Amino acid sequence: MAKLQLQGIRKRYGAVEVVKGIDLTVNEREFVVFVGPSGCGKSTLLRMIAGLEEITGGTLLINGERVNETAPDKRGLAMVFQSYALYPHMSVGDNMAFALRLAGVPKEARDRKVQEAARILQLDSFLDRKPGQLSGGQRQRVAIGRAIVREPRAFLFDEPLSNLDASLRVQMRIEIARLHRTLGATTIYVTHDQVEAMTMADRIVVLNGGIVEQVGTPLELYHAPANLFVATFIGAPKMNILPATARSGKNGATLLDLEGSGPIEVPGDASLQDGQPVSVGVRPEHVSLAESGLIGGSVEIVEHLGDETLAYVMLAPGRMITVRVAPDADVEVGDRVSLAVRTEAMCLFGADGRALRVPNLRQPRPRQVALA
Amino acid sequence: MNAPLSPATAAAPASAATAPLRRKPLVRTGPLLAPAVTVLLLWMIVPLAMTLWFSVQRYNLLDPTITGFAGLDNYEFLLTDPALPTVVLNTIKLLGGVLLASVVVGTLLAVLLDQDFFGRGIARLLVIAPFFVMPTVGALVWKNLLMHPVNGFFAWLATSLGFRSIDWFTDLPMAAIVTIVSWQWIPFATLILLTALQSLDREQIEAARMDGARGFTLLHFIILPHLARPISVVVMIETIFLLAVFAEILITTGGGPGQATTTLTYLIYLRALLEWDVGGASAGAVLAIVLANVVAFFLVRTIARNIDR
Amino acid sequence: MTNATAGRRPSTFSYILMTILGWTAALVMFFPIFWMVMSAFKREIDAIAVPPLFVFEPTLENFAAVQSRANYFGAAWNSIVISVGSTILGTLLALPAAYAMAFYPGRRTKDLLLWMLSTKMMPAVGVLVPMYLLFKNAGLLDTRTGLVLITTLANLPIIVWMLYSFFKEVPGEIIEASRMDGAKPFQQFAMVLMPLALPGIASTALLSIILAWNEAFWTINLTAANAGPLTAFIASFSSPEGLFWAKLSAASTLAVAPILVFGWMTQRQLVRGLTFGAVK
Repeated sequence: MAKLQLQGIRKRYGAVEVVKGIDLTVNEREFVVFVGPSGCGKSTLLRMIAGLEEITGGTLLINGERVNETAPDKRGLAMVFQSYALYPHMSVGDNMAFALRLAGVPKEARDRKVQEAARILQLDSFLDRKPGQLSGGQRQRVAIGRAIVREPRAFLFDEPLSNLDASLRVQMRIEIARLHRTLGATTIYVTHDQVEAMTMADRIVVLNGGIVEQVGTPLELYHAPANLFVATFIGAPKMNILPATARSGKNGATLLDLEGSGPIEVPGDASLQDGQPVSVGVRPEHVSLAESGLIGGSVEIVEHLGDETLAYVMLAPGRMITVRVAPDADVEVGDRVSLAVRTEAMCLFGADGRALRVPNLRQPRPRQVALA
Repeated sequence: MNAPLSPATAAAPASAATAPLRRKPLVRTGPLLAPAVTVLLLWMIVPLAMTLWFSVQRYNLLDPTITGFAGLDNYEFLLTDPALPTVVLNTIKLLGGVLLASVVVGTLLAVLLDQDFFGRGIARLLVIAPFFVMPTVGALVWKNLLMHPVNGFFAWLATSLGFRSIDWFTDLPMAAIVTIVSWQWIPFATLILLTALQSLDREQIEAARMDGARGFTLLHFIILPHLARPISVVVMIETIFLLAVFAEILITTGGGPGQATTTLTYLIYLRALLEWDVGGASAGAVLAIVLANVVAFFLVRTIARNIDR
Repeated sequence: MTNATAGRRPSTFSYILMTILGWTAALVMFFPIFWMVMSAFKREIDAIAVPPLFVFEPTLENFAAVQSRANYFGAAWNSIVISVGSTILGTLLALPAAYAMAFYPGRRTKDLLLWMLSTKMMPAVGVLVPMYLLFKNAGLLDTRTGLVLITTLANLPIIVWMLYSFFKEVPGEIIEASRMDGAKPFQQFAMVLMPLALPGIASTALLSIILAWNEAFWTINLTAANAGPLTAFIASFSSPEGLFWAKLSAASTLAVAPILVFGWMTQRQLVRGLTFGAVK
């Protein structure tokens, strides 16, 4: 299995730079997810790793060897495409065997490998069918099978689940995760769906506008986002962001004045200036209904999901906060409620959007810098 | 499962040893494009250059002793030729007549064929058939079987309805030619416009329906505007091909009577292959090329806009 | 078939009305062809009968006469050679170019394609004189070779364009997948692209044959007795020779029938090919 290193990778199309200098290491057997909104450069990055796009700047190393100029099929990587990209005129078996056939692998060995991969993916009975006769999920598995058969050093997945409907997606997520455990393969997985990222990744790379916003384990990103973008991108429902102003309070404590409500005390020394504008990030599950809390408003919408209930509370015109309450909580639209905030779970962000380091609050791990 | 090298690289030791180092795109497109491009380039440049050259030469194959640089004499001769206005007018009549017929009738037929009716598929085949008939056959069938003043079908139709039969090619030569050429090109327009109609977004129609548009209103406000662009494409393409109408004139009237059906193209043909006036014909040819280029410019622009879609 | 203009459930009245209108239009447009085919089976006397005969004793003598006139087979053979020859030559030239432009586009690709299309827009008459003289000096006048060459040139832009548009329809990811699988460009072409593009290539070939078969300008002006294809052969009937309509019809029917069938088969591709994609 391979270890991949990206050093200062850039991609330029004419005058436009879409990938602006990425440093990253993917360790052996790791499942790394590139996630980000459309246009953030994640697919481009993946395609550069695969060799389908030229790398404009920087170095790509696989197991320490520079591969910028190596042809895609010589890098020891296999890719699963978003649209599966199966060969419609070949049978499933031939689809999976194609790469081996091109490499001159003798028929017996080819058949053996194809059978093996088919067994793992439960495609045995489909080997003679053409892709057109299969369902979306089955085609997906054939695409994965095609990659497995090549016994690559690393697997690349380009949004493989976006063409499947919701229930199938959940199923395939589990299968891919299980596959990863079985094969122990280095995997780079691209998606725009943060749920997929959170559930499948060993580490997540959040990309935005061609740069890396943060790299970390799912829980690190969840609890200690490095900036506002990551904070609001990861986690559904989204983290609540409330603007506030810092103030020195009694006994050297720091207070945050939220719009139209009482001040929140920041546990620990935040080293904030008086009057400094701060964004307070707090996840819906860390806000609760209280008898008399510091902030309050009227309930606009209530969503009953069965295992939990979400209440959307209007604190002030244009300022809505999401609160996760117990499924049996007695909340109705129009109620005036008081809310309490778990201040130890708060994230603070400066005016530039970056997380502020506050002792006693969880800190974001510094980004990994990749050097050989 | 955990082989350090993929089978591909293991089985190709020779190339793995010297992994292809290419900085440029993986395939050199030059050699692939070269044959077609070279051929078309030669086709464009050589004959055109020759035409231009001849147009400023005194060059008549009937009398090879007359040679020499003619300057703009040929052009002057062409432009002051008393026949030129007639020829230009004829060209306009032909173009205008056929374009009008094919757009109007073509649109009607397209709308008609878009309706659901019994045997629609076969009716459609019958309507577009004329386009595939070679122009010489088409011209002769019309000239003899249909338009012959004595034995032709039209003659019989006219007399049995109490009219005199028309001697088409003597009395209405241009109309006759316009009819024949329209017959061949109406199917073209119909097919194009029908295709365009069928690409009309169903949802737009349904939304208009919900707003209360029916039949004629629908036609006027939704369908015709949608067809505006395809119609302009049809007009441009037909213009380019209609400028080149030749066989029909050759076979039916030979440009006559007199010069009643001589178009610019036919005039050039006459000058070149009947009078062997290379110089004069070339001057006319340059004129035709310029005209065609004007239309081509707009057509290429329209195509360019669509190419990325 | 979509039904852009009519209602979802046309009333019986409008259905009948449309059927009448539609078939009237169809029969009117098709009538000349119908009449021609009918005449081919009439005796010459019947062919010029007034009033025109819808009922008559059919005969095959015209087809036999056409066969026995030595030129017909020769002309037909010339047509076949020119159509098929120019199609093959054109396709050979166009395939690599279309492939390069579709899968390895550069900045200039679009301009190149547009330029190629624009060469089709040049009026043939504009280069009649030079081509005639060039052919004369190269000994190509009245030769099949010469006609194959010039017809190829005339149709090449359309062939390139059509192949290009069919290639673009093959999903790029499939080709990329084959790249990842280790296929070299030629293998990508032969083992993945060709099987998928084959229907498109077939329609393109058919369209090219149709256009070449019907090409009248060069085939009339650059030939004489030897290499004249059917277009020129039929044109030679244009001077009135008395009783010959039935034979003319027979010859025309034979000349037109196969192309009619091809044309019916390639309707949709025709739109794509002749409007250069400007109408979808």
